[in-house]
Amino acid sequence: MACMRVCPTQAIRVRSGKAAILNDRCIECGECVRVCPNHAILPLTGSFSELSKFKYTVALPSPVFYSQFGKDIRPGTILNALKQVGFNDAYDVACASESVSIAIQEYLDSNDSPRPLISPFCPVIVRLLQIRFPNLLENLIPIESPMEIAAREVKRLKMHELGLRENDIGVVYLTPCPAKMISLKQPPRKKHSFLDGMIAISEIYPTVLQVLSKADGRGPEQEIRGLGLGWPILGGQVSCLKAEDCLAISGLSDVMRVFGEIENGKLRDVQYIECHSCPTACVGGALTVENQYIARGRVLRMVGKYGSVPCQDRQKIRELYEKRFFSLVGDIAPNPVQPLDSDISKAIQKMHQKHKIHEILPKIDCGGCGAPTCLTFAEDVVKGQATVDECVFLAMKTFESLSGNLMEAVLKHSRKIRGNVEIKNYET
Amino acid sequence: MEKPYRQSFTIQGKDFCNAGGASTEIKAILKDLGIDPVVVRRVAIATYEAEMNVVMYADRAELALEITPQAIRIHVNDTGPGIPNIDLAMQEGYSTATPEMREMGFGAGMGLPNIKRNSDGLTITSVEGKGTTLDITFHIN
Repeated sequence: MACMRVCPTQAIRVRSGKAAILNDRCIECGECVRVCPNHAILPLTGSFSELSKFKYTVALPSPVFYSQFGKDIRPGTILNALKQVGFNDAYDVACASESVSIAIQEYLDSNDSPRPLISPFCPVIVRLLQIRFPNLLENLIPIESPMEIAAREVKRLKMHELGLRENDIGVVYLTPCPAKMISLKQPPRKKHSFLDGMIAISEIYPTVLQVLSKADGRGPEQEIRGLGLGWPILGGQVSCLKAEDCLAISGLSDVMRVFGEIENGKLRDVQYIECHSCPTACVGGALTVENQYIARGRVLRMVGKYGSVPCQDRQKIRELYEKRFFSLVGDIAPNPVQPLDSDISKAIQKMHQKHKIHEILPKIDCGGCGAPTCLTFAEDVVKGQATVDECVFLAMKTFESLSGNLMEAVLKHSRKIRGNVEIKNYET
Repeated sequence: MEKPYRQSFTIQGKDFCNAGGASTEIKAILKDLGIDPVVVRRVAIATYEAEMNVVMYADRAELALEITPQAIRIHVNDTGPGIPNIDLAMQEGYSTATPEMREMGFGAGMGLPNIKRNSDGLTITSVEGKGTTLDITFHIN
């Protein structure tokens, strides 16, 4: 039940001994994947085998990937290692992050749409807005993500260089989290993606590590540099911007609090908010391998060593921005949690019932009914997805009054939650 | 006539830590009811402003929420200094906030005008030295 308790949007119920995810509430943050002791919740990830259909394959590592290996291993060495594990080429995403940062700055300087603008790069944040804060969707900055920009760039380069068609080239992002994977499979906007798939960092890590440990007499290395290297840690985006009225926030409970304040009309003098679902930002993604704090330290070290020299020509990026090279087109539709009822009069009546039920519940959020809190349980009952007698405490009351059919009442109740798992007697 | 949904909240003057609590809860209720997000936002802004007015100037207040299929009503009844000149208080930019309040980003003299702008009806009654009552209405649809 760890997953049910940790879910920030109360999207998990335990039914018949198994966790079930309510899709209309799920923001795909991956917290449940992280805490499940049985590893029963699995994210959809891609694999190497999918790449066989392409003539030419390119891996897109972000600085999160660089931070997974020893502190003295250069990003360039890691790019070479990726070429040895089966990709035809590897293309750095940090440089695209630098271009995107410049584009954000241009947008902030030239646009007076409602403030604060919200970063759209964490897919969980976008989902959260669709589900819980549809009002704030218009605050998302319409700038394309670094991974998409990098994919587009590398395809253009390779098509030109090798005379290939777009479909011949398979571009795969090495993802730190399941959310990015889902955002590729079910994009919030209908648009063409230049990415062909994603592989979890945790999946490719062992093979790359093996190559790195054996590598000697390495060939020439590409030098990876620029402030984009800092993007996967909290404040990484903001540190690339000149505006002082920018915030960097992380962790879903904090993010939700801040979004609530924006809805109330506060924070209007803040220009831009960098938002991450994971408390330590992308280095803390559920599909990473290295301790997130160590990884953060390594990112800081990389920025210190290679961050001061830009990898992009600012003027060139500005010209591309003018040509709408970075623009994200299309709207994101709100996708709010199902209301108590689609008819407002009925919804009001159900709200009455919900509070009446909540009143008689113990309000200790024990989770014994399979819902995370007494309030969500009351809501489930009103929506017809649970019955009041599934509350362990109310069942105990029934237990008291039904002395005759005691065992039956208890067993009936307990089976609803635990399924057919047998409960043995305690023997000393 | 169907029974409207009612819930009341207590707001404590000078309690900046919990300020905004009522508007947060009200927002959750409106979202549960499936109220149009545009209306939710207007209610959120107006309720938050009303709540902040209590926190900054009054001793305490009862905030009552009433929802019918046609409208949302917010009734705020505070015990406090009252407003000597309501017409003046309704002017944008007029404020009696202390420098400390302004330092915290409050007291720009937009409170009451903002409530008026975001609602479909606002009635203010006030007795100097006793308190102020706000009656704010929003139409649904």
